Amino acid sequence: MNAEIGHFALILAFAVAVFQMTVPMIGAAKGWAGWIESARPAALAQFGLIAISFVALTLSFVTSDFSVKLVYENSHTAKPLIYKISGVWGNHEGSMLLWVLILALFGAAAAVFDANLPPRLRARVLAVQGAIGVAFLAFILFTSNPFLRLESAPFDGRDLNPLLQDPGLAFHPPFLYLGYVGLSMAFSFAVAALIEGRVDAAWARWVRPWTLAAWVFLTIGIALGSWWAYYELGWGGFWFWDPVENASFMPWLLAGALLHSAIVVEKRELLKSWTILLAIMSFGFSLIGTFIVRSGIITSVHSFANDPERGVFILAILAFFVGGALTLYAARAGAMQAKGAFAPISREGALVLNNILLAVSAFVVFVGTVWPLVAEMLWDRKLSVGPPFFEKAFTPFMVALAIVLPLGAMLPWKRGRLEKVLPPLRGPLVFALAVATLVFAVSTGHSALAVIGAGLGSWLVGGAIVDLWLRTGKSGLSRLWRLPRADWGKAISHSGLGVTFIGVSLLMAWQVEDIRVAQVGQTFEVAGYEITLEAVEERPGANYDATIATMRVAKGGREVGVLHPEKRLYPVQATPTTEAAIQNGLFRDLYLVIGDPQAGGGWAVRSYVKPFASWIWLGAALMALGGLVSLSDRKYRIAAGARSPAPMVRPAE
Amino acid sequence: MRYLILCLMLLVAGPALAVQPDEILSDPALEARAREISKVLRCPVCQGETIDESNAPISRDLRLYLRERLVAGDTDDAALEAVVDRFGEYVLFEPPARGINWVLYLAGPVMALLALLIGWRFIRSREGAEAEGDALNPEERARLERLMRD
Repeated sequence: MNAEIGHFALILAFAVAVFQMTVPMIGAAKGWAGWIESARPAALAQFGLIAISFVALTLSFVTSDFSVKLVYENSHTAKPLIYKISGVWGNHEGSMLLWVLILALFGAAAAVFDANLPPRLRARVLAVQGAIGVAFLAFILFTSNPFLRLESAPFDGRDLNPLLQDPGLAFHPPFLYLGYVGLSMAFSFAVAALIEGRVDAAWARWVRPWTLAAWVFLTIGIALGSWWAYYELGWGGFWFWDPVENASFMPWLLAGALLHSAIVVEKRELLKSWTILLAIMSFGFSLIGTFIVRSGIITSVHSFANDPERGVFILAILAFFVGGALTLYAARAGAMQAKGAFAPISREGALVLNNILLAVSAFVVFVGTVWPLVAEMLWDRKLSVGPPFFEKAFTPFMVALAIVLPLGAMLPWKRGRLEKVLPPLRGPLVFALAVATLVFAVSTGHSALAVIGAGLGSWLVGGAIVDLWLRTGKSGLSRLWRLPRADWGKAISHSGLGVTFIGVSLLMAWQVEDIRVAQVGQTFEVAGYEITLEAVEERPGANYDATIATMRVAKGGREVGVLHPEKRLYPVQATPTTEAAIQNGLFRDLYLVIGDPQAGGGWAVRSYVKPFASWIWLGAALMALGGLVSLSDRKYRIAAGARSPAPMVRPAE
Repeated sequence: MRYLILCLMLLVAGPALAVQPDEILSDPALEARAREISKVLRCPVCQGETIDESNAPISRDLRLYLRERLVAGDTDDAALEAVVDRFGEYVLFEPPARGINWVLYLAGPVMALLALLIGWRFIRSREGAEAEGDALNPEERARLERLMRD
């Protein structure tokens, strides 16, 4: 019964979305108030119906209703409850349902919160949002129905891929989708503005919180995925330049560019048409990401559903929305004249450079990702583009970005002088050089990566602190707490980027690895740590069998800790997973993995010392936190109408 | 994510680590060279991992073959070429910068130059532009900005 209710609600949601796509759009064009107002209840109804559908599917998973094909294929009675729930989106059909649920959630949020939005603009935004909903609901209903039944219900299910039975991965997709789909709001605002033919500071002020929220969610989603790879894959890699990772990384870079260009529109009414283009491309790349994951056109370790029919459907959606928006853009962008002048050395100039670097680096990632596909189609050559290429091609842009960021962040609007900005940054510069020298002295191999990365990271953190400090003027600390939250958010995010720089470069340059056969009771030394394999025992888990080792780690005779690396075998899918034992530290992670028993006795053991590993995710967390702090800035709360009415932000009709 | 790893792992009879202790060469210098070369060699069936990270049996074949070549006295380049000859261009993680692959390598720099040029022209065009249609002068705008913030 559940499944049928869910299916029925989904069909109703499709009908509502068709209404939401057409009626408010016509109303806005004709100026019919009733039709314009119908956008809000439609958006709420669409969300409510999809939520019912989602709850119905979740119930089928929780109650292990194996007469539903999807549940049979992706669940099992012995699975812990949390993974029964996360199993809902651990497969193609269910994850698409989550995708449209979040899409409708954003639409409903725009209907409820943006109280100051002019009704016509809101009607158009929600209509575009409705159109995206129509496309993806049709995709689900016609090619990926999650509610299909089996003729006879099997006794038990086939279980979820054990690699996905993990807390980090349970929450990775929802956050990623919140990010991807959040960019649909920026897209809808851009298309609505093109239809209206007007982009102004008020528009930027509305679109920016949505972009900021989407960017924060993307940051969290990407970081969770990378953190999961770090502890789950058994050798501590954190980024693979895999096509699907790139698919989430490109929208992240473009959303980062959009955030900054929207500031220029908001403050100076410049870069309007470029900002519109960025908004279209950011969501376009989210769709490309969806296409890459679903179509299986680019082979990837993530491949979800290698189904050409679905791929073609998504390609059609992509072509319609991005192609349509770009056509509209070509027709209307000329009308968006920039106002105001500025000198090359100014905040505007710096933000233009920021946009160039972020957009071109996204382009480089894109070219590298699709190159194997192009080579195969045009020249019938099977080749690969992997980490060595991306590290070379992508890094220079990040280096350039890091060098100019602290300078640009402090330049005044309109016209600035480097002579004025440089003196206060002397401190961070000396600090960065000191860190670089220290790293150079400590490194044995004198890796340029470690020296440059740590130096630039320190420069970013130092620059952010100085920027924040200077904003207090002469009044010092007391004023620090009264600074606008947007200033805090900026400083926190920028220093987060610096912290991630330091983590990535020092981890890559300084990691120590040891692979060996260890007998039970044997002690061996890795990078100054004495590691003893004390015991290895078999123990059954909830829905798996585990081999658990006990390893004692000491340094200079003092005990550091006892770690328990695990190896699990999930019998239902006959799949092994490694559960590395990690002792996190501020300056190093100890990372131990237990392998196979060896023919001559003993066990294969891998041990790693990973310096500054946690800084990678600490930095990502800071970036996300900075975004959230900025999002809580007073101007957005006012713009959202949460406090007092703010007539100033209403654009003149 | 990483669904295909499932397939890979199913290919392996039991749980296995990537580089096995029995594969490691006794000569540390030679082993270090093998590791360095492995960074640009892709596991042919996993498609996202290097041969050192992969658990697939074919990656083990690649690792062993590479070490065989190095022990036989090949230089790094010769060993890499031998592996590519045997397993195909596909296992190279970084396509050689030859022929049409130059497009891949030059796309980024060319795009960057183009973007910088366009950006610079835009900035120059703004530099001279008077604030046409801008009813407020800078001081008024700044004041308005302050008012809006409070």
